[in-house]
Amino acid sequence: MAGSPVQVTGTVLTMRRVDAYHALTVVAPGIADRFRPGHFVTVAVGGPRTSTLTRRAFAVHDVKPDYGGTVELVFTVRGAGTAWLADRRARDPLDLIGPLGRPFPLPRDPATCLLVGSEYGAAALFALADALQQRNCRVDFVLGAASSDRVFGALRARRMAETATLTTRDGSLGVRGSVVDVLPGVIADTHADVVYACGPMSTLSGVTAVCAEFDIPVQVSVEELMACGIGLCMTCTVPVIGDDGVTRMTRACVDGPVFRGERVRFDDVGTIPFDAHGAPGGDRAR
Amino acid sequence: MPADMRTYLAHVELPNPILTASGCAGTGRELAPFADVTRLGALTTRTITMAPRAGRPTPRMAETPSGLLNAVGLQGPGVDVFLARELPWLAERGARTVVSIGGGSVAEFSALARRLTDAPGVTALEVNLSCPNVEDRGRVFARDPSAAGEVVSAVRTAARYDLPVIAKLQPDVADVVAIAKACVDGGAEALSMINNPVGMAIDVDRMRPALAAGTGGLSGPAIRPLAVKCVWQVHAALPGTPVIGMGGVTSGRDALELVLAGACAVAVGTVLFHDPYAGHRVLRELEELLQERGFDRLADAVGLAHRPSHRTDREESLP
Repeated sequence: MAGSPVQVTGTVLTMRRVDAYHALTVVAPGIADRFRPGHFVTVAVGGPRTSTLTRRAFAVHDVKPDYGGTVELVFTVRGAGTAWLADRRARDPLDLIGPLGRPFPLPRDPATCLLVGSEYGAAALFALADALQQRNCRVDFVLGAASSDRVFGALRARRMAETATLTTRDGSLGVRGSVVDVLPGVIADTHADVVYACGPMSTLSGVTAVCAEFDIPVQVSVEELMACGIGLCMTCTVPVIGDDGVTRMTRACVDGPVFRGERVRFDDVGTIPFDAHGAPGGDRAR
Repeated sequence: MPADMRTYLAHVELPNPILTASGCAGTGRELAPFADVTRLGALTTRTITMAPRAGRPTPRMAETPSGLLNAVGLQGPGVDVFLARELPWLAERGARTVVSIGGGSVAEFSALARRLTDAPGVTALEVNLSCPNVEDRGRVFARDPSAAGEVVSAVRTAARYDLPVIAKLQPDVADVVAIAKACVDGGAEALSMINNPVGMAIDVDRMRPALAAGTGGLSGPAIRPLAVKCVWQVHAALPGTPVIGMGGVTSGRDALELVLAGACAVAVGTVLFHDPYAGHRVLRELEELLQERGFDRLADAVGLAHRPSHRTDREESLP
């Protein structure tokens, strides 16, 4: 059953530093078999008697067939949980659940695809690029970060894509600025048919606005704080407009993390829009 | 021989004492890829409300030491969608389902009880008393014995006579026993405790509250001692009333602690976010612990910690 998530105890194969990030490879065949680009996994951190109960969610960077199937994650240490994870070494066990979420939809016919990634969000785009190229799609990259050591995968992007535009906020690599600043120029040059984007909400919001100007579809993978990743806890909700035109507080973990950009109400993230389904006072308005 | 794990909520027999806590098992469908929901003693739904609710803004959760603060705000599709899409899925599979209900007024609670009482697949109703009472300046029902008793009695009157009504109590009240007695007087056949006590965290980097709502419910092992204390006190005062114990249970040992304090059933909540298989694991561990201690039946262990300790030293010194 493809797509149905499994809970497995994986074995750490390698833990490497990649520029400012940690790259973790885990042997987890059940997850690797079912993976499609855009899926994420969650990891239980802190060991069996942990005091950190929420699972950490990570986009899958890559899966490989080695040892029956491996999963590679890229992350940065942001707190106690990721610090524990960064201390894992080869052969350590790791409780993983995956693959989770709605993956990136792929174009039926060959198309020109522009992949936009900010910081380590870029990690999720490489498996997508492989899948697109297998379908004879043209792939271009725009990758950006605060500084050169935080631009993930620049070399690989340059090798595999038609063009790779890099941006840094401090100007230490590529164009000074953000991925959103260079996007109109890149879309015009590449004649992109579709844009895929990963990164923080502010970046996704900017990318979606640019794509709306060019009237091209955009698929965004959102990052929202989640406790479980499997649809139980209801904490990772984002206001998203449904097919029926109604805005609902939608779980990023099971209904996302990939959404059509124009369906996400980025300006209303962190609020309950007054017209959302079930919003306070909504029953009076009806 | 394995211990007999059957337990009773009023006259309703459950094959085992492990339930899921309200709001922690989704609709059941989300758990299904990881664990068979029909093998649980019962699944408790998230709190069902009359109208759809969008809930609270994000961020809705913050991790705290051995705990989780949440302010989801009872997001849900409302009772109509629950009856049309969520309950039938559970009923078809034969899962025993405790339906948690919440409302802003006594009338809303009794209307919900009427809607749900004849729906196939409802094993019991759990009254979420931690809802703000719009008719009493938003004071939660769980904090006032007379308001709690009134809601329970309204639900008891509206529900079919053979559908058990469970009252869910909050621990951060002046006197949990007084609330428990008021609920039993109002007709509750069983009590479940504890709901989340209210807490707060501040993000020192942003220098703002960590949750958009400011305060939230604290769950996880951090609150387990509160749960043990509430179950202990209520079982001492009302030994004949079945108690579903919950609050930070992550293992069979935690479950046994609540059983010894007086719970005849135990619910797992926040641990499901960490490990969706936890309910079945806790059940197996509890079975093993009871067997190791020589119990033939779970029922024999309920409230056992209340018995005076056996002073062998004194017996030996007696002539």
